[in-house]
Amino acid sequence: MTDSFCTYETAWCPGCGNFAIIDCLKTALEELGKSPSEVLVAAGIGQAAKTPQYINTNAFCGLHGRSLPAAVAAKIANEKLTVVVNTGDGDSYGEGGNHFIHNIRRNVDISHFVHDNQIYGLTKGQASPTSMQGLITGVQVDGNINEPLNPVLVAIASGAGFVARSFSGRKKHLIEMMKQAINYKGYALVDILQPCVSFNKVNTFGWYNKRVYELSNEYDTADKIAAMNMAMQFGDKIPLGVIYKQEKPVYHRKNKVLSDGIPLVDKKTNPQVVRKLLKAYI
Amino acid sequence: MYNILIGGAAGQGIDTTAAILEKLFKVSGYNVFSVKDFMSRVRGGHNFSLIRFGAEAVYSYSNILDGIVALDDTTVELHKEQLKDEGFILCDSKLITTDERAIKIDMKEMAKKIGNPRVAGSISIGAVLKLFNESLDNARKILPQFIKKEYIAMNVEAMEDGYEFVSARFPRITGTYADHMLISGTNAVAMGAIAAGVKFYSAYPMSPSTGIMESIAAKADEAQIVVEQAEDEIAAVNMAIGASYAGVCAMTGTSGGGFSLMVEALGFAGIAEIPLVVIDVQRPGPATGLPTRTEQSDLDFVRSASQGEFPRMVIALRHINDAFYQTMRAFDIAERYQLPVILLSDQYLGDSLATAVPFECSKIKVARPLSDYTGKYLRYKYTENGISPRLIPGKSDQVVIVDSDEHDESGHITEAADVRTKMVNKRMRKLTGLCEELQEPDFIGDEGFDTLLIGWGSVWGALKEAVNTLSKKNKKKYAALVFGDIFPLPQKLLKEKAAKAKFIINVEQNATGQLGKLIREETQIRFSDSILKYDGRQISGEEIVQRVMGGR
Repeated sequence: MTDSFCTYETAWCPGCGNFAIIDCLKTALEELGKSPSEVLVAAGIGQAAKTPQYINTNAFCGLHGRSLPAAVAAKIANEKLTVVVNTGDGDSYGEGGNHFIHNIRRNVDISHFVHDNQIYGLTKGQASPTSMQGLITGVQVDGNINEPLNPVLVAIASGAGFVARSFSGRKKHLIEMMKQAINYKGYALVDILQPCVSFNKVNTFGWYNKRVYELSNEYDTADKIAAMNMAMQFGDKIPLGVIYKQEKPVYHRKNKVLSDGIPLVDKKTNPQVVRKLLKAYI
Repeated sequence: MYNILIGGAAGQGIDTTAAILEKLFKVSGYNVFSVKDFMSRVRGGHNFSLIRFGAEAVYSYSNILDGIVALDDTTVELHKEQLKDEGFILCDSKLITTDERAIKIDMKEMAKKIGNPRVAGSISIGAVLKLFNESLDNARKILPQFIKKEYIAMNVEAMEDGYEFVSARFPRITGTYADHMLISGTNAVAMGAIAAGVKFYSAYPMSPSTGIMESIAAKADEAQIVVEQAEDEIAAVNMAIGASYAGVCAMTGTSGGGFSLMVEALGFAGIAEIPLVVIDVQRPGPATGLPTRTEQSDLDFVRSASQGEFPRMVIALRHINDAFYQTMRAFDIAERYQLPVILLSDQYLGDSLATAVPFECSKIKVARPLSDYTGKYLRYKYTENGISPRLIPGKSDQVVIVDSDEHDESGHITEAADVRTKMVNKRMRKLTGLCEELQEPDFIGDEGFDTLLIGWGSVWGALKEAVNTLSKKNKKKYAALVFGDIFPLPQKLLKEKAAKAKFIINVEQNATGQLGKLIREETQIRFSDSILKYDGRQISGEEIVQRVMGGR
């Protein structure tokens, strides 16, 4: 790895899965030949959401749960930007759950990398939407009674065209998933399993390592029903890889104003058009 | 000056009939001012439009009527007391009213003969035109703007039938407004935004702000704008911020309840210093309140909305011209000062329609951010005027880092005490420049007044009319100040005029006198009395006169 995306001192705990994820992100961007100024890394709030702070790219560090609408709009404004949302499970599936579903419907060409450690790290260890039942925390004192959300299944069911799962402990795999997601034309989700060494004492490196396996080349990523079945596999065995992939029309080609390929930011207001519009009221 | 009411149940075609008449009168040279009163339901209930037209400028609606076009019995019952003795009630012969002023036309039968029961509206339009001594020429000309081609012939026939049925009653007034615009507050805001170069508008539908989104969407292809209907107001405002960060003029619009949801992001735009224009088209609150009615009760809220402290600007829209020019100006200020600008409109202004001098889109030039920069780029560089250099991501070799956390000059998170203080000071320094740009309130009336009426936003028209009337009645002892720029509060003219006034009365569409409170806070000026109205209906010029003259 060269250092065009730089190295910064972080505020993450030693051993945190985020280190591997940010390394993979830098490598993926480098291997794709991206330069810092053409990349926008957006995030909400949380430990994972600090990612844009520690990488030399354009950075949009927004509000908790609100990274998707801002990132999507930035891409709408300038489709030449490579927009990557790097943020956590709480941000993406909890506070931002509504945006998660609805931006799948928009299908703006962005990548959404969720650092899914199944716990709230920044607020020191409460259950997240993906926490397993029974997980004991300072709030869920008798164990989490709620069923975990399956983001991969939700994304496929909601119509996402690219849905993948990876693991921070398998960097080569993660880099590959990131590259594929960035290259995919449309909304691409990579749910990244990631241990939280401080607060999640159940879903540890060992726990994931025992369960994850990579999908074989024979797996048909185009079969939606099979993909939903595969998405539901989350227990003793957890599949990694592109679970579902389908080409779909992206927002910029569906939107009449953007369909000519000229970035919105480069379109100028035409005073003649405004004058004509105003004349209609005379 | 004439004043007519068109009333009936929702779904009976009041809007179309009113729209055609408004345009007809304007094309005939009248100055037109119309307002809508409607319920939060799609069918039934009681709705009406008030159309006032004359040879001189009209600023406010009036409840004293020259005519009623009644599409149902309820309209007659509810409004006959407002009708002048020589006024008319135009209605179908099936209506039960025995009022002597009624002109009954068997519209149903006439429409049936023409071949379509839906042309009844055109029969009444024809009759109204005759009553006011208008010709049918203009009607024939403008009908294609409102009616589909295949139905024009039968509607013209219907108008002619209605025209023949009654005799002329009111002298024709010659006005000079034929080449003016006739535009609603809602459309004026939309046009102001387009003229300013808005490229991205995101919103969640909410009355009475939805019309702005619809109006921009209708022109989106032509003007090259992306309009996105967001999943909620939180998404709407965060989208606008994201688009603005990426370099396009962005705006969102809502009403109070939606604004409540946008509040965290408003502060985000403040600390991240991202230009943002938000319009709050007020309706009575709290919570769902009265969804289709009017109030001015969000001023306290919007001027302090969001946690923490950051500079912002609040501009209240006073009339149709303001709606256009101040919307344009809001973009200019948001861009130049890199802060959120909140426009305060309301249902009354949004849904009212008025004659206006054609807008000039060159009057305000919206400044755009820098496009090049050399040296190490600092997004939040400390500067004397508080405004840091702004770059657009992807438009140079530099990277642009923005942050909702407190940050250093480069945009990176910091908890350093000295940086925090310096950064807050930097942002707050914008206010010095901003205060120099403030526009003083409109002064209405003559010097030598002893009573000063003070209001803001859409009470402008009613105050203007009230001061004119009061001055005629009382030897010019009344004047008014109406605020457009309202936060920060321009104080020069206020202090000057308040010092001369024996009595100061605030006139507001809310229960607590929010402008009064703001003025007391900022200037220690106290009011002698208040005229407040918060029943969901706009105060009229004549109501202000009545309340000034006869106690509150």
